[in-house]
Amino acid sequence: MHASAQQAPSPTDAAPAPGAVSLAGVSKKFGDFTAVEALDLDVKPGEFLSMLGPSGSGKTTVLRMIAGFENVTSGSIHLSGTDVTAVPPHARQVNTVFQDYALFPHFTIAENVGYGLRVAGVSRAERATQVGVALEQVRLSAVADRLPHQLSGGQRQRIALARALILRPQVLLLDEPLGALDKQLREEMQIELKQIQREVGITFIFVTHDQEEALTLSDRVAVFNNGRVEQVGTAREVYEFPATEFVARFLGLSNLIPAELSADGAQSSVRPERVRLLTADTAASAGTVSLLGTVAETVYTGPTTRFLVDTESGVRVIAERANDHHPSAESAFARGDRVRVEWTTDHASRIG
Amino acid sequence: MNRRAQLSALLALPMLWLIGIYIFSLVMLLVTAFWVTDPFTSKVKPGFTLRNFEQIIANPAYATTSLRTLGIALAVTALSILISVPLGIFMAKVASPKLRAILAVAITLPLWAGYLVKILAMRITFTEDGFFNSMLGPLGISGPGFSIVTVVLTLTYLWLPYMAVPVYTAIRQLPPNLFDASSDLGAGAGFTIRTVVLPLIKPAIIAGSIFTFSLSLGDYIAAKFVGGSTQMIGSIIASNINLNPPIAAAYSLVPIAFVVIYLVSVQRTGALERM
Repeated sequence: MHASAQQAPSPTDAAPAPGAVSLAGVSKKFGDFTAVEALDLDVKPGEFLSMLGPSGSGKTTVLRMIAGFENVTSGSIHLSGTDVTAVPPHARQVNTVFQDYALFPHFTIAENVGYGLRVAGVSRAERATQVGVALEQVRLSAVADRLPHQLSGGQRQRIALARALILRPQVLLLDEPLGALDKQLREEMQIELKQIQREVGITFIFVTHDQEEALTLSDRVAVFNNGRVEQVGTAREVYEFPATEFVARFLGLSNLIPAELSADGAQSSVRPERVRLLTADTAASAGTVSLLGTVAETVYTGPTTRFLVDTESGVRVIAERANDHHPSAESAFARGDRVRVEWTTDHASRIG
Repeated sequence: MNRRAQLSALLALPMLWLIGIYIFSLVMLLVTAFWVTDPFTSKVKPGFTLRNFEQIIANPAYATTSLRTLGIALAVTALSILISVPLGIFMAKVASPKLRAILAVAITLPLWAGYLVKILAMRITFTEDGFFNSMLGPLGISGPGFSIVTVVLTLTYLWLPYMAVPVYTAIRQLPPNLFDASSDLGAGAGFTIRTVVLPLIKPAIIAGSIFTFSLSLGDYIAAKFVGGSTQMIGSIIASNINLNPPIAAAYSLVPIAFVVIYLVSVQRTGALERM
């Protein structure tokens, strides 16, 4: 149970690091289907790590293996330096916020939040105190006696968070916790999540398919595809320097530049906002890749305008410009205009 | 056709059935309980007497049979719950899809066979030199023979599907995440079953128990063929059906009263709305 799991890792462990999660060579097969393949991933104590990927990329399966809901087919999982590969979920010192919250429908909100303490044998009075504090933390003290179905989606989400955090886990696992919320509420909850994570200072492992959410929240992002991790890095690293074509495409818009047009002779990726759009008579600058072309389409997105440029070398390049001119003025370039697109060579990321 | 005529056309047959056959026969049963039997000709004559009820109350055999029947019905219900809940959890949560399908067929199998076929099967099983005794005899275990125990086992065998099916369905419909959540919060399987599963499938258990309870109360064939000397309410009604219909009618009101009391007591749980 949690009470016993609260103890420090055994002295035989080389580096007891509360909140560290380490996956080594973890694979998961469902029948013939390989959901996760030979995965190595190290999560640092207190880190906010997002596992980002499309549905079916294996990210949720990895989360469920860390929680213990799924057995690994091979490999090992260490929590805080202790091998927990064979430890059942109820004995692991991690807690989970589920995608659909998984609140117990027959328990009041207070009973839901206090469930873990009840399991651990905490006295009724002590439970009431701790539940009170937990509900205050998520600003929902007023709904303590209601049933889950009487709450809104956002409220249920916060209750699920309170229920998981009350046990003071070393690691909190979040399975697309904001997926069911509308956009505005989701953005509010993102800020709240980040604040709570800073307050409690524990490791958060966050599963999402929303790249913006992953970039906004995380210290590091692990990008999943087909049961493998394509790249792990800070938000800036994975966005600005995608290591693979998949990462470049999955995280926002990207221009994939073939090897023969790249400076160092390898395929590279350039973000549209790194592409400068100039009049065709401008001379090419040094240290850039510079191409002539025609504007095929302009797309107004509000804060920016995107220009789709068909270059003479046959590659379509997207350039994105901030709309920083006078709000009522049209963009400087229109469809059919002859233009030059160029980007500084070290703004491009070489992809494997 | 106007709406009124359409409504009449829609309801004609069910109303004829409900009032003409269903309600009428029950009312006649109630009325007959107050009629008198001519002691010389054994002819039933309309009239009004409370003698039938006095007889039932005065003769302790009626009371003990009522209590015995009630006990049997409760035992069958309890045994059905004890079998259905673990079975339902196994089927819904552990068994492979193939095994689940096999078990589903196995559980509903008794519904497909004729009533007497099943009674005969139990009779063959529990008779003096039947399967039960010949299998377990060498281990020094002897079966219950034809007794009240065998009646309970037989009735459980007959009515188990009515409990097992709704209980299994209810467990399957529980969101799988609730099991994960309970486990995630530190609870072992037993704790989860007690605090999460049982409260949530209570309506299904009550729905099933209405069947096992009321079907057991009304049965007498099992008592007759595998009960030895065991008598149930139905046994006494059956033996009076020709001899003394008013007594049979009066005694019929006892199981009806039991069922009504049971329904009223579970009605407050809200389980009936889910049936």
